[in-house]
Amino acid sequence: MIDNKILHSWITNKSRVLDLGCGDGEILCSLKTQNEIDGYGFEIDPKHIEACISKGVNVIEYDLNTGLENIKDKSFDYIIMSHTLQTLRFPNLILNEMLRIGGKCIVTFPNFGYWRVRLSLLLKGEMPVTKDLNHQWYDTPNIHFFTYRDFETLCKKEGINILKRDFVGSNHSAVLRKINPNLFAQTAVYLLSGA
Amino acid sequence: MPQKNKNEDGLKRTINDVEITDPLVLECGETLTKHEIIYETYGELNESRSNAVLICHALSGNHHAAGLNEDGVSGWWDNYIGPGKPIDTNLFHVISITNIGSCFGSTGPATINTATGKFWGASFPALEVSDWVKSQKMLMDVLKIKTWLAVIGGSLGGMQAMEWSVLYPDCVKSSVIIAASLKLSAQNIAFNEIARRSIQSDENFNNGDYLNLGLTPSKGLALARMVGHITYLSDDILGEKFGRSLKNSDSNDEKKRNIEFQISSYLNYQGDKFTKHFDANSYILITKMLDMFNFEGNSTQNNQVFKTSKCKFLVISFSSDWRFSPECSEKIVQHLIDEKKNVTYLRIQSNKGHDSFLLPNERYENGLSLFLTQTLAENTDFLA
Repeated sequence: MIDNKILHSWITNKSRVLDLGCGDGEILCSLKTQNEIDGYGFEIDPKHIEACISKGVNVIEYDLNTGLENIKDKSFDYIIMSHTLQTLRFPNLILNEMLRIGGKCIVTFPNFGYWRVRLSLLLKGEMPVTKDLNHQWYDTPNIHFFTYRDFETLCKKEGINILKRDFVGSNHSAVLRKINPNLFAQTAVYLLSGA
Repeated sequence: MPQKNKNEDGLKRTINDVEITDPLVLECGETLTKHEIIYETYGELNESRSNAVLICHALSGNHHAAGLNEDGVSGWWDNYIGPGKPIDTNLFHVISITNIGSCFGSTGPATINTATGKFWGASFPALEVSDWVKSQKMLMDVLKIKTWLAVIGGSLGGMQAMEWSVLYPDCVKSSVIIAASLKLSAQNIAFNEIARRSIQSDENFNNGDYLNLGLTPSKGLALARMVGHITYLSDDILGEKFGRSLKNSDSNDEKKRNIEFQISSYLNYQGDKFTKHFDANSYILITKMLDMFNFEGNSTQNNQVFKTSKCKFLVISFSSDWRFSPECSEKIVQHLIDEKKNVTYLRIQSNKGHDSFLLPNERYENGLSLFLTQTLAENTDFLA
């Protein structure tokens, strides 16, 4: 997975990592092998939790919407949140909490500015259903739709530093992505730090 | 589905009795010069002696955890231990003991103190959870088992699983802590105090010397159990099982003087049944042991309570458990994460209260089963 390659290069070896909404534990598992990290995943979906256990990944059953207040300041080197921010009630609050409990944060999310998404709304007049956003509007876990520009506006407002960013999409659109990431990136990946 | 006769599923069960002849120095300062432990085993020990699993019982549990015994009684954790069950006896050699101080054959208040020739009764020394663990370690040495693949327990059993991880870090590969707590709350202690007072108020109690007088404080013990039993269940499950339904609706009872609710009948039955096999002094001793347990009190510096432990942990809680609530388990998890230990945590949805840890539940079964097979795989790779 292309996201993971970026994570491997951004994360310092042997660091302490917390993956919020860790899914089936795939990211933590590969970081454990390749970066020798010491990691934990928070997850709420029972099937995902079982997949983590089977991989030997430390998984904590946790509802991120209850906040992270029990976790001490700077407990982790990195906090990862992959494709989860758009599912949470208050993304702005969780971002600040992530920066409180971790040194750096890595956030990935589906870019709602992607051309297929825009086109679907523009031409069909219907909420888009794509490979990355494969739910109907009424049953989607994705309750916030935002583009990478929206995200950067939020970072600026909250005083969050963007240390690195990368855009992911299909191989043939790599050049276009450089020219106009908001239009050609399906997924945005950010490395953040606090003020 | 037809109910299978449990031992016809191929469960290999043995029952054993061992006398530990080395002295056991207890936390209270007294010493048991020797003591007897009764235990059952299920499944076979492999050649490398690396698949042994220790089951730690709670307040009223004993060595008979799985299968049917000679009296045809099912073990207290038969839902979870057996061939193909979460604690799979096709894979693991499971050992379940009756701890000292209890009353099912191991040395305790209801056994004879050889120094006096009389029942120990209330003179049996006070115990702490670590004393149970030290006694279990002595049995482990007798059995020539070097490591437990897992030490597993619910409630007070979970407290033993915690103690094992820090007292004998090299002997434990994984610790499974179910529906437990770092310490009891004031409310927990309050319920235990009602239980003890109820026993001590029984006219047969005689300061705990009742066995030497040929008496049993059954009324007090039944009442103690009734109070305890309520705390193991949830309001929800009591409502679901009994509601306000009546046991008898006698049409001649016009003044409704003899009305008995189903829940009353059930509780009375449970209380009376308990007195048939449990000893009142053991109940007092073990509830005090629970009250005294304070894992956070053991911390040396920076509140590091799991400092010495090396194993991985599985912590499990149940949503409707108000005896040891999910928040109690989450405090354990918090410590483990802060102290950089490997831990997995499951918060299982269940309306059955504290007793959920004994009852069938798909998520709980899957989680425990996957964790144990993964632990076995990790340690088998290590050996090969």
